[in-house]
Amino acid sequence: MTVTEDAATLAPAKEVGQPRRRKEDARLITGRTTWTDNMVLNGMLHLAVVRSPVAHARITGVDVSAAQQAPNVVAVLTGRDLAAEQGSIPCAWPVTADMVNPGHPSIAVDQVNHVGEAVAIVVGRTKAAATDAVELVDIDYELLPPVLDMETAVQDGADLVHDELESNTSYHFVFDAGEAGTGVDTEQAFADAEVVVSRRLVQQRLIPAFMEPRSVVVQPQGDNFTMWSATQIPHVLRVMLAMVTGVPEHKLRIIAPDVGGGFGGKLQVNPEEVLALLVARRLGKPVKWTETRSESLMAAHHGRGQVQFIDIASDRQGNVKGLRVRLLADMGAYLRLITPGVPALGAFMFPGIYKFPAYRFECDGVFTNKVPTDAYRGAGRPEATFAIERIMDELAVELDMDPLELRRKNWIGAEEFPFTTVAGLEYDSGDYEQATQKALDLLGYDELRAEQKRRRESNDPVQLGIGFSTFTEMCGLAPSRVLGSLSYGAGGWESASIRMLPTGKVEVVTGSTPHGQGHETAWSQLVADQLGVPFEDVEVLHGDTAVSPRGMDTYGSRSLVVGGTAVVKAAEKVVAKARKVAAHLLEASEDDLEFADGKFSVRGTPGAAVGIQEIALAVFAAHNYPEDVEPSIDAEATFDPVNFSFPHGTHLCAMEVDTDTGMVKIRKYACVDDVGTVVNPLIVEGQIHGGLAQGIAQALYEEAVYDADGNLTTGSFVDYLVPSAADLPHFDTANTVHVAPGNPIGAKGVGEAGCIASTPAVVNAALDAVRHLGVSDILMPLTPERVWRAIHEGGDGGARAAAGTNAYGGAQTESTAGVSTPQSSLGGDR
Amino acid sequence: MTSINVRVDGASYSDDVEPRTLLVHYLREQLGKVGTVVGCDTSNCGACTVHLDGNAVKSCTVFAVQADGSEVTTIEGVGSADALHPVQKAFHEMHGLQCGFCTPGMIMASIDLLQENPSPSETEIREGIEGNLCRCTGYQNIVRAVQQAAGELSGSAGQA
Amino acid sequence: MIPAPFAYARPTTVDEALQAIADGGEDVKILAGGQSLIPVMRLRLAAPETVVDLTRVTELRGVREEGDTLVIGAMTTHHDVITDPLIAQHAPLIAEATETVADRQVRRRGTFGGALAHADPAGDLPAVALALDAEFVIAGPNGRRTVGAADFFVDYLTTALEDGELLVEIRVPKLSGTWGVRYEKFNRVAQAWSIVAVAAAVRRENGHIAEARIGLTNMGPTPLRARATEAALAGADATPEAIAAAARSAGEGTSPSSDLNGQADYRAHLVQVLTRRAVSAAAGL
Repeated sequence: MTVTEDAATLAPAKEVGQPRRRKEDARLITGRTTWTDNMVLNGMLHLAVVRSPVAHARITGVDVSAAQQAPNVVAVLTGRDLAAEQGSIPCAWPVTADMVNPGHPSIAVDQVNHVGEAVAIVVGRTKAAATDAVELVDIDYELLPPVLDMETAVQDGADLVHDELESNTSYHFVFDAGEAGTGVDTEQAFADAEVVVSRRLVQQRLIPAFMEPRSVVVQPQGDNFTMWSATQIPHVLRVMLAMVTGVPEHKLRIIAPDVGGGFGGKLQVNPEEVLALLVARRLGKPVKWTETRSESLMAAHHGRGQVQFIDIASDRQGNVKGLRVRLLADMGAYLRLITPGVPALGAFMFPGIYKFPAYRFECDGVFTNKVPTDAYRGAGRPEATFAIERIMDELAVELDMDPLELRRKNWIGAEEFPFTTVAGLEYDSGDYEQATQKALDLLGYDELRAEQKRRRESNDPVQLGIGFSTFTEMCGLAPSRVLGSLSYGAGGWESASIRMLPTGKVEVVTGSTPHGQGHETAWSQLVADQLGVPFEDVEVLHGDTAVSPRGMDTYGSRSLVVGGTAVVKAAEKVVAKARKVAAHLLEASEDDLEFADGKFSVRGTPGAAVGIQEIALAVFAAHNYPEDVEPSIDAEATFDPVNFSFPHGTHLCAMEVDTDTGMVKIRKYACVDDVGTVVNPLIVEGQIHGGLAQGIAQALYEEAVYDADGNLTTGSFVDYLVPSAADLPHFDTANTVHVAPGNPIGAKGVGEAGCIASTPAVVNAALDAVRHLGVSDILMPLTPERVWRAIHEGGDGGARAAAGTNAYGGAQTESTAGVSTPQSSLGGDR
Repeated sequence: MTSINVRVDGASYSDDVEPRTLLVHYLREQLGKVGTVVGCDTSNCGACTVHLDGNAVKSCTVFAVQADGSEVTTIEGVGSADALHPVQKAFHEMHGLQCGFCTPGMIMASIDLLQENPSPSETEIREGIEGNLCRCTGYQNIVRAVQQAAGELSGSAGQA
Repeated sequence: MIPAPFAYARPTTVDEALQAIADGGEDVKILAGGQSLIPVMRLRLAAPETVVDLTRVTELRGVREEGDTLVIGAMTTHHDVITDPLIAQHAPLIAEATETVADRQVRRRGTFGGALAHADPAGDLPAVALALDAEFVIAGPNGRRTVGAADFFVDYLTTALEDGELLVEIRVPKLSGTWGVRYEKFNRVAQAWSIVAVAAAVRRENGHIAEARIGLTNMGPTPLRARATEAALAGADATPEAIAAAARSAGEGTSPSSDLNGQADYRAHLVQVLTRRAVSAAAGL
């Protein structure tokens, strides 16, 4: 047996690529968790928020006297009480130089602009006391006309959300490939085209609907404040709260304990977080606010909300010649953290995986009297992917071509990477054909096509369709310089540090704050490989600005790509520092040392070796270390990527449509994703599954519906339909791997892929099933009613009635969904 | 205030509660049993599921006074880190959780399902946990976990 | 949300319950399984002065036979209804519909009588009770009275129960002869209430449909019978064509509402499709 074979046999298996069971699970499956709402502090007071029951009104009177006198009520504060100190909820992404931002009070002072906006806060000794007293606060409103429909809101003479502004348009953002030098003239391309297909598509408003309601606890200690919050972004929140409230940044500590999902919905500086801090500062007492689900659906930010006008140009053979996109993007009543940036981020993804020579994108950010929109899983990219994957199908129909053939004809070939797109992005790696072929096999494509044919020929009441989505996305947010060029208010780097403890255990500190993604496990795998230490010896710390002082947190499928790379870079520094100590201890030259499996050994001198965990103890004792180094092998690193990463994949959906009722049912769903290197296949598969569920839910179930008065009628889970296990199919998933060249791990990001890719596959499948019946579009969500109408009446299924279901006697009250007037009660049983 | 006597996770408690106190609020706020959580107002999400006299119920839709004289088991009572319940173990093994917020309720509902139907089909599992919403997993690994636990509980090899 | 405060009474007999209701003041709510009432109280859509909890009134639980009648205690839980052998034998339509109610946790608490007394038009059991010509035994300060299903459901969330009264049991005539049944429920997600549903019981004789009883869920403020379809089916051939023709009149006399799951005209269409399917299945086709 040779030495080489020996090493290979004894070497621990590489951790990266192993389906490690998660370290996080032990506390979660036994109920030993630290959700923010679990926090109890001595003397803690409870906040309840009085919310506007009307969408648009002037506040003409506020009477809090009855509430103030209620038992166990400590204080009642109004917008006027807090006006001088509340500042404005920050908007970090002014996408154009002349973007109009009216400012966003955390609590309304003179005017309310959406149902659910805070108008007063009751502070009680108990949650029940505060909740009871909410009903005693009497507010007079002078109603103003609600602005709800974007296409109406941008007309001349439209009613205004903010009457001090000239219009309801916040900004007009343009990307023109011709002007940018990344493509030819778009107008000319369309003028010369043999075929042009135009569609108006709608991305309905969605609600992130994380399972853990938002919660915040603030503890004042002298001039210091500690805030626990169910947030994705403790680091960003700290900076922003300091700027908004004037509490100095170094006097503010933010802790995100266990956080029950986010999906972008907790990527926010919430009005309630600002208010909790202000109240704690004013009263000098710890306070807690935890929302109800009704509050969450009504007042936490929503996602999506776009009307998309999209034109595609091609020749008769199906070679695409140009793409033109004009968006109306629903901002809601105010601009929150990255409200305006979501559609702007999407601007670069509309060309998808196709080689368009010409591209122009325009977007108007439009104010409406609804809760603001902001990030929701994918943030801009699902909207873009939906549009391009839908219009490719429409073009295929127009050309009488197979939709897959059209895609093949136009997508970037595997040999063409890196490829600079018409939007100016450099796609890193991939093979669209390989992923597609694999997905077709997974689905059993040919058999399903044959069945589809049989069903059509026999005029079966249940028709079958197959939908494609061949997508890519930009992930790993983000190169700081690119963000700067897009006017984003911060960078996209990530930070990590590694502490080598005397006993050889390893503490890894990450600035990327998880809320379900499994960072503790995946980062442990990375570090175990880098340092050659056991997986179990690594502990990952996060989510507390006092423990993890620098970070940009978790969103945009960035954690592994950026944060994981920072961990790897920090580990490299640890090894470099340890190498000097090892050389000293082994009395060898650094150049003669090899580092493998956690040990430095002297090349050619069997037996001369020292482990990195032993070195940790040696530098702790510090009795014997080189003269020219510090007695520490700890290290930190900050990684700033130079490019995005570009996961891609092919998603296929087979859909049954009951033409008698309009009910749709996913028969089979198969997808193949290329997310680069897979660190933990279990976690990657789980992320894909969860994304699919949300993307499918957008296509079939979910929509934030407002009535004619601006009341949210989907104000509870009775009407906002988050699908259950019984409503979703089994998913057949697989991967191809083309490593990302932009980071040493080779990872591309997986958090959003399933959500971005699946929605158009589902809608395309439903349309494929009923296209022969004259249907060319159905609005999302594909309610049975809409599908039935599209089949039997033509059109896109049309608007839904706005009334909520009559279950639970309407399941809605003034406090959950606002006040109903004759306009909003049309046909309803509320 | 009404006096109640309840056994929770094997210990007896005597307390005065307001009649309007929901069982879940009693568990969380008076007993510190914060493993059980609240996710909605309308008994849709199931995050608060506990066993009341052996049956899974949504503890946000039961008043604490109604548990007087009863036996309540929460996620904190079904197993511990050293001695996990087979369903807890299967959720870990099959990656049946991500953020973990729905997990206590999901586990309690799954245990109830398996008590009634020890070898459910995939469809029976999906319908059996229809009262519990999860936003992270897309449910597939939860279904696998319940299948695995069914196998272990019935003494046969786990089926993946 | 936390419900508004209320006084709480927990009787153990029907007499005690009636007394508690009488003593409860202006606004008394009777808590059966609480699976609709408690959410409504949490949303503060209801804020009763007194809640009378029937959970400990054991005499209201259980199913028994009285000759040709099945007697179901109002406080029998959905779970117990589903697993009851008498119901499985003599009123399988009730079991089939009850299996579709909400989810397993809710079915552990929710009760047969509670669901009927709540009279939610989207609830599944009122239409079944109507289709089966159930009778409702109501206890009050002046003794007991019995009301037929046709008179029990008065309006949206409103029944023949007067203030001070209590639904104690439901008497369901056993189906004799060769009956087939089907509850055809249509909703968007598993846990949701019915958009429309059809409860059908069909008796076949010699290849004909001798009798059909059809109850409709959520086709108006109360459950309804599809009388025109029933009439068309009486004596009709048990063929797909005859059933389809009869089902076309299922919407006659209905007044469905419009909400985000469906507008009235869509519901009027759905009821025809679902009636055809329910009757076909019940007729063994």
